[in-house]
Amino acid sequence: MLEIKDLHVSTDGQEILKGLNLSVGEGELHAIMGPNGSGKSTLGYTLAGREDYQVTSGSIELNGEDLVEMEPDERAAAGVFLAFQYPVEIPGVNNAYFLRAALNAQRKARGEEEVDGVNFLKMVRESLKDLEMDESLLKRAVNEGFSGGEKKRNEIVQMAVLQPTLAILDETDSGLDIDALKLVAHGINQLRDGKRSFVVITHYQRLLDYLSPDHVHVLSGGRIVESGGPELAQRLEAEGYGYLEKAS
Amino acid sequence: MNQTVEQVEGLIQKRYKAGFTTDIESEMIRPGLDEEVIAMISAKKNEPEWLLAWRLKAYRHWLTMAEPKWAHLNIPPIDLQALHYYASPKQKNRPKSLDEVDPKLLETFDRLGVPLHERARLAGVAVDAVFDSVSVGTTFQKELKEAGVIFCSMSEAVAEHPELVQAYLGSVVPPTDNYFAALNSAVFSDGSFVYVPKDTVCPMELSTYFRINARDTGQFERTLIVAEAGSQVSYLEGCTAPMRDENQLHAAVVELVALDRAQIKYSTVQNWYPGDENGKGGIYNFVTKRGDCRGTESRICWTQVETGSAITWKYPSCILRGERSSGEFYSVALTHNHQQADTGTKMIHLGKGSTSKIISKGISAGRSNNSYRGLVRVAKKADDVRNYTQCDSLLIGKTCGAHTFPYIESANATAKIEHEATTSRIGEDQLFYCRSRGLDEEEAVALIVDGFCKEVFKELPMEFAVEAKALLEISLEGSVG
Ligand SMILES: Nc1ncnc2c1ncn2[C@@H]1O[C@H](COP(=O)(O)OP(=O)(O)O)[C@@H](O)[C@H]1O
Ligand SMILES: [Mg+2]
Repeated sequence: MLEIKDLHVSTDGQEILKGLNLSVGEGELHAIMGPNGSGKSTLGYTLAGREDYQVTSGSIELNGEDLVEMEPDERAAAGVFLAFQYPVEIPGVNNAYFLRAALNAQRKARGEEEVDGVNFLKMVRESLKDLEMDESLLKRAVNEGFSGGEKKRNEIVQMAVLQPTLAILDETDSGLDIDALKLVAHGINQLRDGKRSFVVITHYQRLLDYLSPDHVHVLSGGRIVESGGPELAQRLEAEGYGYLEKAS
Repeated sequence: MNQTVEQVEGLIQKRYKAGFTTDIESEMIRPGLDEEVIAMISAKKNEPEWLLAWRLKAYRHWLTMAEPKWAHLNIPPIDLQALHYYASPKQKNRPKSLDEVDPKLLETFDRLGVPLHERARLAGVAVDAVFDSVSVGTTFQKELKEAGVIFCSMSEAVAEHPELVQAYLGSVVPPTDNYFAALNSAVFSDGSFVYVPKDTVCPMELSTYFRINARDTGQFERTLIVAEAGSQVSYLEGCTAPMRDENQLHAAVVELVALDRAQIKYSTVQNWYPGDENGKGGIYNFVTKRGDCRGTESRICWTQVETGSAITWKYPSCILRGERSSGEFYSVALTHNHQQADTGTKMIHLGKGSTSKIISKGISAGRSNNSYRGLVRVAKKADDVRNYTQCDSLLIGKTCGAHTFPYIESANATAKIEHEATTSRIGEDQLFYCRSRGLDEEEAVALIVDGFCKEVFKELPMEFAVEAKALLEISLEGSVG
């Protein structure tokens, strides 16, 4: 599914990812934890194709396709979705309009038929209901004036409608209260169908309690330094990342 | 090789769809500007003597004036003696109805998306089509007549309703007002005339489509709209010109008069040829537009979407004379490549309790320069005036400029004047966010710009909001990357 080999990424002339390896199989959910500034968001941006994050060496393949050479919108059409750590506001652009334009752009790129307004509304309404979000959200501008929690949940609504094959969620749980956290976890679990894969970046065990990840990795200094099962997350929660400094 | 040329041409066509030329014989008055030429224009139009005298007076005053230099524009010298001041498509007899209009002209307007013939007319919109110096026809004449509304070309109005024209012409923009207005007063050829009688709500949108076709000509149209007490009218103008390497001058005057409780909504979608990506060619758009809120509680609303022209110099204004009268100005001005725009408004508050609102959205891309210039003036006797101004600039890329020149002159301490201004660059963050959701770069820019302009687009009549949006998208092509 996703194969990252010896990935080196620089931004502003500074190397941030320094030989990262990660392999995510079909239908798997991997959690990535690690101290602040270790390169977690950089990994997310690089997978989504942000221009100012240059891949200097290594490879990223999604189902055998080379992602590195693809534009961000081509990656989206190929099934990559990034839930942003800080979702971006687009003033004046209607939230529903934005999402439908995105969905249809992806479908068009894949040679699929566009979704009409009625069917689209049906799709979004279901997702909104699942996430206990008010329909008035559709009429507002993209993320404009949304609370922190609304922004995060809006990312999950987008994910539910766009139905990616690989979803990367960057600290979607940060800043959420326990009820909102449960909803987000529910939104993710709804999409787990044994085929879709997930990379969930988080600091907290409490989200993973609801997600039961297949693998947990620790990212530090631009590399995966430790991998394990769910018990690794529990150990990190109890002990913190202090051991990393001692080891290095 | 050929294929490349074709591709390039295809791209340019896509960028400026209205750039074609109509092959039609035209009748021109010799180039140059003097009293004889003015007399010839007047004679061609069978004008009454008072109008010729009015033109000549304007001309003599114009001779004493100099081109305005205060705008943030770089205007190359214009040889006014090399221009033709009158060009009209050759027609045997003046067509009595649209059925008699040369099919080539009808086809031109068809191609521009403004069909004039019965079958395809825009529903609910009456159109006056002006080709070079003359109006070629007006649709829905009969329906309007039944409502008592006069909507015709200025030439026709001079012939059929001289008392109305004489009473109002130059009463808002006097011939001596400024250099370009004086020039227009001397040589104006055609334009539209609207008269809405007392307590009448005009039953449909009125619209004029201006087309420059002939080479080396200027277009000097003059529009006059009079709304009697308690009446309402919504008017829209659109404009295009062929792509040519030389610059062409367009110096129009628009006058609006709103009497007690009358409402005039005037919308413009300006898409004159902007010149090529190296700044060659394009229209110089030097326009004086002013509305007089003469009556109590009268209301004038200007909405403009300006995407075309090499240089734009334009300040649709309101004189808020009536008590509790109100003036509004909503503007989107987009400049790309080497375009320059210095545009904005003037709100002159003379009446007690008058209010005004200004929403200006400037978008600059390429190497263009875009300035907002706005004046809010409150007279000494005008108590309890309110103004709200919001002026936002959006920059695309790093080689363009945006400037804001707000002037506030208040002689009355009770006035409440608010001004907000922002300048932002299309964010990498916003672009990447859109693209990560599947939109390509051009779609992403168009979406962000459309959102930025939303407050103005919602003031446009429905059909034109769609057109304006499409126009922005085309005008922005190639602005990023
Ligand atoms: N655009 C950028 N320009 C310069 N440095 C950056 C940029 N983005 C991230 N960094 C640096 O890269 C490192 C990793 O950042 P990030 O990937 O955001 O970490 P995390 O998400 O794990 O907290 C940090 O030291 C950060 O300061
Ligand atoms: Mg981060």
